[in-house]
Amino acid sequence: MHAYPSIQTAEAQDLTALSTPHIQIKDLNVIIEGKRILKDINLSVPNNSITSIIGPSGCGKTTLLKTLNRLVDDTKGVEVSGSVLVNGEDIYAKDAEVTHIRKKMGLLSQKPFPLPMSIFDNIAYGPRIHGERDKKVLKHIVETQLRNVGLWEEVKDRLDASATRLSIGQQQRLCLARGLAVKPEIILGDESTSALDPLSTQTIENLLIELKKDYTIVLVTHILRQARRVSDYILFVYNGEAVEFGRTEDILLNPQNEITRQYVKGFIS
Amino acid sequence: MSNVKKRLLKEKLAKGAMQLSGMLITGCLFFIVGTILYKGLPYLSWEMISQTPQGGFYIGKDGGIFNAILGSLYLASVSTALATLIGVPISIYVHMYVKSGSFLERACKLLFDVLFGIPSIVYGAIAFSIMVWMGIRASLLGGIITITLLTIPIVVRTIDELLKTLPIDLKHVTFSLGSTRWETAKMFLRYIRPGIFTAVLLAFGRAIGDVAGVLLTTGFSDNLPKYIDEPAATLPLAIFFQLSSPIPEVQGRAYASALVLTFIILTIVICTHILASKQQKHKI
Repeated sequence: MHAYPSIQTAEAQDLTALSTPHIQIKDLNVIIEGKRILKDINLSVPNNSITSIIGPSGCGKTTLLKTLNRLVDDTKGVEVSGSVLVNGEDIYAKDAEVTHIRKKMGLLSQKPFPLPMSIFDNIAYGPRIHGERDKKVLKHIVETQLRNVGLWEEVKDRLDASATRLSIGQQQRLCLARGLAVKPEIILGDESTSALDPLSTQTIENLLIELKKDYTIVLVTHILRQARRVSDYILFVYNGEAVEFGRTEDILLNPQNEITRQYVKGFIS
Repeated sequence: MSNVKKRLLKEKLAKGAMQLSGMLITGCLFFIVGTILYKGLPYLSWEMISQTPQGGFYIGKDGGIFNAILGSLYLASVSTALATLIGVPISIYVHMYVKSGSFLERACKLLFDVLFGIPSIVYGAIAFSIMVWMGIRASLLGGIITITLLTIPIVVRTIDELLKTLPIDLKHVTFSLGSTRWETAKMFLRYIRPGIFTAVLLAFGRAIGDVAGVLLTTGFSDNLPKYIDEPAATLPLAIFFQLSSPIPEVQGRAYASALVLTFIILTIVICTHILASKQQKHKI
């Protein structure tokens, strides 16, 4: 079954041992409607760093991301086996509380998706559902998070305006702020800049680089240059298998696996 | 003929067919409204709207259809309210809680499709036989229960279609912020709120216009509907009775009654549209 050598090469194990893994994936298999989408994935995602998942379209990278916050549960005919440990706790354990797990992971999706409410309410939505009622506290959260993503100065006078009136780049920053407002530990990005213009893309990338000191970030991207710009580690996924994992420069400049080499050199896409 | 010309011809044919259908239905509508206006307007009077049938009303003497107007309004509004209160949670449950693609989901959807298609006389007949068995006579309550059952599938199917149109991203956003299914469902309801008015409108239209469902269960009465356990008059039945009369005066009143019914529905449609448009403060 294993067409590719295991990713747990001596080197890879070395570097994950250096920092504490925040997320540990063990023998993860995902089957959707009878089709094996992910095959025996083993991976340790290091703390306070950006890990990019790269690979051709349809290789399973988005599914892999969605297994991390159990959004994959919502897919029709899905079966998941294996385990995903976050801080050592298996999120696929029988007694695991899904809403609690998801709260720990902020998701930044492909297209910004503001909720049909005001800018203020978009950010306050998360804290509110988690029980925060104090208006002063909510105001403070909204301002802090909008400042975090550099949006405060642009919107402070129209917090009551509909969030959908913002430009698409602003919307994506709003979505990031909304995710941060529920105090996650991990940020998941699913091709988060693919709908944005180059300038907004740069803003989001810089934000992510800044945020990694407080968060562990996992990004799915199909843009190799983006992976090179932002990530500390890269995982290359091909046909549902984790082919190679390592430091960004190692994967891009000196890949050990032949398929990885072909992908990063642009021979396969 | 060149390819471009052929495609342009097809375009013209398709457009023409669509315009023809549009004109046909608009024409029908104008014809119907025109007929009831032409035949009914001369007989429409304040007396007819504000009075109950007096002795000899059905042979062309004094009185009006106030009893039927009130009966229909009671019946339709209570049934629609109940159907919405019961139907919306059903749709939300099937959409949010039942596993997508499961046997239960398919069974629920099939069931509501079937219920949607059952003619109202069948609902009426079944309700009637249950009422006979329980010893309840035809009454406003019997009608309300029957019409509620008749309109629940309309609400469920309409809301289900609305929920299907919601982008999957919405679910992912609320879920990834740590929302429970119920909290997500509330966000869904917020999105489809203008559409819920449409569901209510469809249900109300069906409820107020139904004859067969009320024929056996509600009965008819010349008195104002005062008690829920007494028979009550409804507009469609009043129209039916008057139209069956050979007396031209009474037939004319049937058209005037139809005019009143149409006016009520028109008012409800306009109100619903105004309410629905006010609901959408923050658009998608």
